[in-house]
Amino acid sequence: MDTALFEFCLRMGDNTLVLGHRVSEWCGHAPVLEEDIALANTALDLIGQTQFWLGLAGEVEGKGRDADTLAFRRDAWDFRSVLLVEQPNGDFGQTMMRQFLFDAWQSLMLDRLKDSSDVRVKAIAEKASKEVAYHLDRSRDTVVGLGDGTAESHSRMQAALDKLYPYVGELFGADEIDAEIAERGIAPLPADLRGAYDALIADIMAEATLTIPDSRWTHTGGRDGTRHSEHLGHMLTEMQWLQRAYPDARW
Amino acid sequence: MSKEWPLWEVFIRGQHGMSHRHVGSLHAPDAEMAIKNARDVYTRRNEGVSIWVVEAKHIAASSPSEKGPLYEPSESKVYRHPTFFDIPDDVGAM
Repeated sequence: MDTALFEFCLRMGDNTLVLGHRVSEWCGHAPVLEEDIALANTALDLIGQTQFWLGLAGEVEGKGRDADTLAFRRDAWDFRSVLLVEQPNGDFGQTMMRQFLFDAWQSLMLDRLKDSSDVRVKAIAEKASKEVAYHLDRSRDTVVGLGDGTAESHSRMQAALDKLYPYVGELFGADEIDAEIAERGIAPLPADLRGAYDALIADIMAEATLTIPDSRWTHTGGRDGTRHSEHLGHMLTEMQWLQRAYPDARW
Repeated sequence: MSKEWPLWEVFIRGQHGMSHRHVGSLHAPDAEMAIKNARDVYTRRNEGVSIWVVEAKHIAASSPSEKGPLYEPSESKVYRHPTFFDIPDDVGAM
């Protein structure tokens, strides 16, 4: 089995799965109808991307597991999503800050994956990048609007950035899987995206009058599955409940 | 409530046809967000290729109470419809 490619697809697909589920938790709870629908659209886009990534992961693995099996029949330690995406929604501002920090990374990554040496990876990136361009447009505007808004919205956005920034560094982690994937031209080394990422978020945070924390120290343990936060397990309990209680249920 | 976002009227141009049609309204803090919200609320099912938004307060509307003087006079003027001409067969469908 092509372990490196399998792991790479899990990393991409678990990010979109976990964030997609998190964002879907807003359905029916957002502050205004327009944001409610917009968040649900984003969540659906992310779940759609998950079907492609985990579908490809199952194909690469070749043991008959499809996207649904990978999503609903793995436990927390088998997930390869970064810690950023499993963080709880918090208030609306925190959700949008998490979204922006992820969208910025994902748009840069997908842009590079459009040149992937693997045609399947390339095809997923082509499709997903249009959706993500819109996600980024929207989350960026909201971060700027709330950051440079009232005293209340500004302080909430600064608190959200302070809370979530220590999870950003994990997106740029490097291990032997990343090295092999980059060597084969499937994806860039994550660290290669950091310069463009830092420039992008510096621009937007300046516009939003928010201060990026000085420290680059980062939590890790999500993308290699060694140390997920407690939040992922709680999330999976809800997300996987039906398939756990009624295995193979279909409707 | 001055803290409420203003109301915007949304016009969408569909896949077919050149005209933008009124599809509904929504709330948004500014024009850019109104277009984004319109995209999310009104084009989820591939309804359109172009969006116009206009803040509702900028629309001047005729008054319902003047319906009589405005529209009734034209009711009895069927000769304004071009249906009293014999169209030559050569013209084909019009």
